[in-house]
Amino acid sequence: MPIKKLLIANRGEIAVRIIRAAQELGIATVQVHSEADADALPAQLADEAVSIGPPQAAKSYLNAQAVLDAARQTGADAVHPGYGFLAESAEFAGAVADAGLVFVGPSAHAITLMGDKAAARHAAQDAGVPTVPGSAERIEGVEQVKAIAAEIGYPIMIKAAAGGGGRGIRIAANAEEVAALVPQASAEALSAFGDGGLYVEKVIERARHVEVQILGDGENVVHLFERECSLQRRRQKVWEEAPAASVPDNVRAKLCSSAVALAEAVNYSGAGTVEYLYDDATDKFYFIEMNTRIQVEHPVTEAITGIDLVREMILIAGGKKLDITQDAIARRGHAIEVRINAEDPSNGFMPFPGVIGNMRLPGGPGVRFDSMLYPGYAIPPFYDSLLAKLIVWGDDRDHAIARLSRALGELDIEGVKTTKPLFCALAKDGAVQEGSVHTRWLEGWLEDNASRLT
Amino acid sequence: MATEQILSPLPGTFYRRPAPDQPSFKEDGDTIAVGDVIGLVEVMKSFHEVTADKAGTVVKFLAENEDAIMAGNPLVEIET
Repeated sequence: MPIKKLLIANRGEIAVRIIRAAQELGIATVQVHSEADADALPAQLADEAVSIGPPQAAKSYLNAQAVLDAARQTGADAVHPGYGFLAESAEFAGAVADAGLVFVGPSAHAITLMGDKAAARHAAQDAGVPTVPGSAERIEGVEQVKAIAAEIGYPIMIKAAAGGGGRGIRIAANAEEVAALVPQASAEALSAFGDGGLYVEKVIERARHVEVQILGDGENVVHLFERECSLQRRRQKVWEEAPAASVPDNVRAKLCSSAVALAEAVNYSGAGTVEYLYDDATDKFYFIEMNTRIQVEHPVTEAITGIDLVREMILIAGGKKLDITQDAIARRGHAIEVRINAEDPSNGFMPFPGVIGNMRLPGGPGVRFDSMLYPGYAIPPFYDSLLAKLIVWGDDRDHAIARLSRALGELDIEGVKTTKPLFCALAKDGAVQEGSVHTRWLEGWLEDNASRLT
Repeated sequence: MATEQILSPLPGTFYRRPAPDQPSFKEDGDTIAVGDVIGLVEVMKSFHEVTADKAGTVVKFLAENEDAIMAGNPLVEIET
């Protein structure tokens, strides 16, 4: 049944993005919001807005019952979770379905399987997807970890099976550290995720982060090529590109088809991303995890393929079968997204909530600006610092970087400090221009350059 | 003896404990020295310690654990 009224269980720029897609499909929109977001752009743009609780996310955006109550009150027939908050809660996806509503995303079963990182590794191996050398399943104690490490070599990462987002990771360089860190990591995982289960992976030095966008309808799966997100700070992506300039065409074909194989193996429905580490010295790629939701950086894929991912995921959730065949998906040019955060890069990226003054937004050919900003908007301190995403497209990577510099020059947001100076500097940097970076490159670069980012 | 307040330097969510399963930094009646940590403020998902800018004895906390606060809100009343 096509969706008639969509409730958006998120906030900020992604809520605006989802409302836009729904409106273009003629679908009515309900925006749920915390008390701190009553005046925010999503609440202004949606057909209806419903308060679901106090400012703190735990009491509003993470309150599944309040979201379901709002859906019932307004007669919404579907829920879009966006990213973060409840987007990867299998329990929430199940509760939405049990309430007779459509969850815009995969089944609770697929979320559960991919949410357990040890089970996801296993599923990937079964689908023939290369994984980082490590434990086949959850590990049972210190001695087993030492035995695995002796086989794959140190250093190793000890990770929480129920973890994600870079949390709860320990790195051990030798057997003594394993003995000390395994019990610690297990206790921390138990307290943070309610599950002390662990697994082990070899540390891949100097890896790049590449990820494949897929779309499935429960039977058929297509890929929309890959993105590269190697520029990260504290394991958070700050600059994303499509395609990955570092991946040769023959490797790209294998990489993308491995993501399709994994998604097919779990009968995936909706938009998803399969993440990999890529070693450009050996051209080998290794599965890390699958994210069962739309991602922040999805616009770069939209820019090179011309496919509206949020529109597609809403249509699929409404029961439409994929009518795009793999052969019909072509990529053209190169796209870059940078995350404009309310942070002061010259002061340790200190968060900078405040009131937005005048704004001058970039425009012209190949420029897209996704945000929830307007002059006079008071940025609440309770949520993440993402204000806007600047996305540029060019004929090739050099053109995209030149366009990024040009668009950043036009962008001016008064009233708050933002990460714009970081991207102005990175766009001029030789290593970035050559594309010779890896996931730990930016942190080293910041040690030398951060103080000048004003 | 005078009563004074320690104010929050940041807006966000106030926490009186370093972690949910640990005791509060300070309780009523505790003495506070300049530089002591009296709580955490979570602003945009990053945590910042709030330190005392004056010394004294805690009369009472004016902001409770997990309260939403604005910069300049009083957090604790102390007797100096």
